[in-house]
Amino acid sequence: MGAHTHESNTKRIWTVFGLLSVITIVEVALGIVKPDFLFMSDLFRLSLLNWIFIILTIVKAYYIMWAFMHLEGEKASLRWSIVAPLVFLIIYLVVILLIEGNYVFDVFHNSQYKWIF
Amino acid sequence: MAATVTTTAVTTGKTWDGGNEPMGASYGKMMMWFFIVSDALTFSGFLAAYGFSRFKFIEIWPIADEVFTHFPFMHGKEAPMYYVALMTFILIFSSVTMVLAVDAGHQLKKTKVAIYMALTIVGGLIFVGSQAWEWKNFIKGEFGAIETKGGAILQFVDAETGKRVALADFAVHLPTEEIQKRKSNGIWFQDAPTRTSYSVAEVAEGFKTHPNVLVRTEIIKDKKKTVLNRAESEKAMESAALVVEGANLTHNEYGHRLFADFFFFITGFHGFHVFSGVIINIIIFLNVLVGTYEKRRSYEMVEKVGLYWHFVDLVWVFVFTFFYLV
Repeated sequence: MGAHTHESNTKRIWTVFGLLSVITIVEVALGIVKPDFLFMSDLFRLSLLNWIFIILTIVKAYYIMWAFMHLEGEKASLRWSIVAPLVFLIIYLVVILLIEGNYVFDVFHNSQYKWIF
Repeated sequence: MAATVTTTAVTTGKTWDGGNEPMGASYGKMMMWFFIVSDALTFSGFLAAYGFSRFKFIEIWPIADEVFTHFPFMHGKEAPMYYVALMTFILIFSSVTMVLAVDAGHQLKKTKVAIYMALTIVGGLIFVGSQAWEWKNFIKGEFGAIETKGGAILQFVDAETGKRVALADFAVHLPTEEIQKRKSNGIWFQDAPTRTSYSVAEVAEGFKTHPNVLVRTEIIKDKKKTVLNRAESEKAMESAALVVEGANLTHNEYGHRLFADFFFFITGFHGFHVFSGVIINIIIFLNVLVGTYEKRRSYEMVEKVGLYWHFVDLVWVFVFTFFYLV
């Protein structure tokens, strides 16, 4: 990656900046308005609005990692050695902890126990 | 990568002769990436723990846009999330200037690198300052609340408008001889809680004389906090144990104390990363100025701190989502 591959990169940087800004503005607008049809309907115990937030966040993360951290210019082996452990471990951890948290909530909710955990 | 200084030996084509760069990345860059991976997992652990606690207390968790409503120079106006959106924007923009510095570095343009690095440092400082301001508001609190014997938080609303009422709006001042106990005014002093602006008795008395004030509990029904009627409110007030103003690690006027704990811990840890990033950026900026990388004919160091800086931005994107939006 010498100077020769980096001639017109500023254009890409500003495009990505525009994209990230637009996504952030959309997120904040949705967060302030909280349209009922998104906010009140749930999918897997999470409102549709929250799903939209999470998906938009992952889109943002993708652009930051690929464009700003320049993963798009790295070898596939480096890319995978970074992304694969993160994706696998984070999904694993989050799924287990959220299921467990939900279970503890049910125990608190349906029994007399208040401080057992 | 052949131009970088890390490549010292001339490769003769054999794997172990040196000068090899696994996965096409120099040693420093690859290690920065693997540090980032491990740090990302640390932050994931924190955020997943936040999710765990939130799901555990899903019925009573505070609603974030009621907590973070301040904007500089707009006193008393409710501005949910505007400020944190601005902070996000500042951090993303400082990421842009950082990547522009890296880009200029590839073209060996020293002045440009220096200018963009300086802008990045300024952006980082503004962000850390904003976070300090956010913490100040959070610690100071806004309306005040009552904590019950069971540890639940009771907040107050106006019966007609449904708007939040501050303790100062209805609590009365009762004659008292109690003062803040300190080491300076005691003969034998060990510890004393900080006195709040009103005592429990003063809030209870004010509550009795203001029939238009209702209690709002933490319990969420149909995505809204429950407001009790007057009779229920009076009953709830019987178990009042503490006046809570603002938030710290053990009491939190906004709701569950774990919310405050996670807020301090996660945004604090992130803020510390930003602070370290600013320091590292300053060091690299000075190196750029004295021409260290100009002599090396390689600005790879700028690229490496750039990776760290983008990572800090990346973490913030997630903190922003899970603390303020979701």
